[in-house]
Amino acid sequence: MIEVDNVYFSYPNGVEVLKGVSLKINDGEFVAIMGQNGAGKTTLVKHFNGLLKPTRGRVLVDGVDTRHTTVAALARKVGFVFQNPDHQLFSETVEDEISFALRNFGFDEKVIRERVNWALNLLDLTQYRKVSPFMLSGGEKKRVALASVLAWDPKFLVLDEPTIGQDSYQKEKLKQFILHLNHQGKTVIIVTHDIEFVAECEPRVILMANGRIIADENARDVLTDPELISAASLVLPEVTQLFMRLNDLGFPRKVISVYEAKRLILERLRQVMC
Amino acid sequence: MSMFDGLKYRSVSSPIHSIDPRAKLVYVCVLFVISVLFSQLIPLLIILLIQVPLVVLARVKREWLRLLRGSTFFALLIFAMNVISLYFYGASQSIYSIIEHALAMSVRFIVLVESFSIFFLTTSPDMLGLSMEQMGVPYELCFAFTTAIRFIPVLAEEAQTIIDAQRARGLDLEGGNFMKRIRNYIPILIPLIVSAIRRSIELAEAMESRAWGATKKRTNLYVLNMRRRDYAFILLSLLMLAVSLYVWLAIRIPSLIQILEDLNIL
Repeated sequence: MIEVDNVYFSYPNGVEVLKGVSLKINDGEFVAIMGQNGAGKTTLVKHFNGLLKPTRGRVLVDGVDTRHTTVAALARKVGFVFQNPDHQLFSETVEDEISFALRNFGFDEKVIRERVNWALNLLDLTQYRKVSPFMLSGGEKKRVALASVLAWDPKFLVLDEPTIGQDSYQKEKLKQFILHLNHQGKTVIIVTHDIEFVAECEPRVILMANGRIIADENARDVLTDPELISAASLVLPEVTQLFMRLNDLGFPRKVISVYEAKRLILERLRQVMC
Repeated sequence: MSMFDGLKYRSVSSPIHSIDPRAKLVYVCVLFVISVLFSQLIPLLIILLIQVPLVVLARVKREWLRLLRGSTFFALLIFAMNVISLYFYGASQSIYSIIEHALAMSVRFIVLVESFSIFFLTTSPDMLGLSMEQMGVPYELCFAFTTAIRFIPVLAEEAQTIIDAQRARGLDLEGGNFMKRIRNYIPILIPLIVSAIRRSIELAEAMESRAWGATKKRTNLYVLNMRRRDYAFILLSLLMLAVSLYVWLAIRIPSLIQILEDLNIL
């Protein structure tokens, strides 16, 4: 469980980015943290593995205060995949890249080999085992970055902007993958602007604006609230926009799923036909 | 954010900021020469202290102190390397004079950092490029130079992100012996260099698509003029050079150890 207890954070240049954030993420949850640029999303999640320490308040990861432990110890529990894979890839082969963290955490060689195979397989990268990560495409690099974190099987997985620069096929695969991990009991936290992606995944949504949490509800309630969404400089999901306009025909407002929308429309059509 | 702030231009108004960049360049060059000229502790310490009023005058004390704090690691490294090499491989000297010499080398490094920091803290990259251009340096070179400077903070920020990303993968930058510490920086340097190269290619393409270098004759919006106090500053710098050359040639500089011995302290 990750507990954030009234956290304030200022960068050394004096800019206060988090202004009293409190939240609790239980084991096995799937959470999306959303909000405009500069709302403090990335700053907040960097507190989860101790990269940043609160200037006021505290963050507890499974009961351990992040101020009293090292990033390395926290990283073992909280896997963090950065937005840009170019910021972490450095090895000669994909295989080495994935085993880097495992070596840092002191796994023994046999386990490392197993874990690397497992991670390569999981992300469909086996054919690139001996290839330099710099030769891969953007989407593949992102998968290598993800594999290199998943390899040590962290309890919590934080993904910063996982959908940026991904085509719709990769996005769909990513969605399946995240949902799959979450069903297996992993706690997944994504930071994103991509409201359509969130609408499809239907996680718990934490909405941030100006360093504060302005909403913390299930996706359906948050994503269909025009005031909250515009306060976070986002745009309503397209399906929701459609159903807002259809409201005077008696359709419900709170629709975020395309499948549900289809069902509602077909139902109505059947009624009209009869 | 970190020590690199000490090399980033701070836009405040101060007498030092308004000095012509060319005059300041002369000053930095003079300091560079004299700090390499002397290898004894006492003159280097004097050079170090002489610059403090300039920093105060330029109102950049905080950034400057942060830079000094950031450079202590390298200063200590230089100190250790000197002590080790002189102790094991140098001609036999007393341990005190070895320490004094090593200390002098560290101070020399700090002096260099200090003077560059004063220069960069008080000179905007644009002005610097402009002054180079008016000194007759080809525009391509000026541009490359100012761009390089302008990218320092960008690179510093990127380095911080990379450090975060690798620490999140369990990289421990603190622990281990000396060799391991150096090896620890490989996962940070490689992504940093790769992205710098990529960035420069992108920049070149963006510039070319905006017709960079299409006309041979360029005109500038601002034209720099040397004023009387700029000349005075240059004169002062040159005077400093002359004095140090005189001292270097004519006076045998006592070592701190000797002075202390003469005073019967050691």
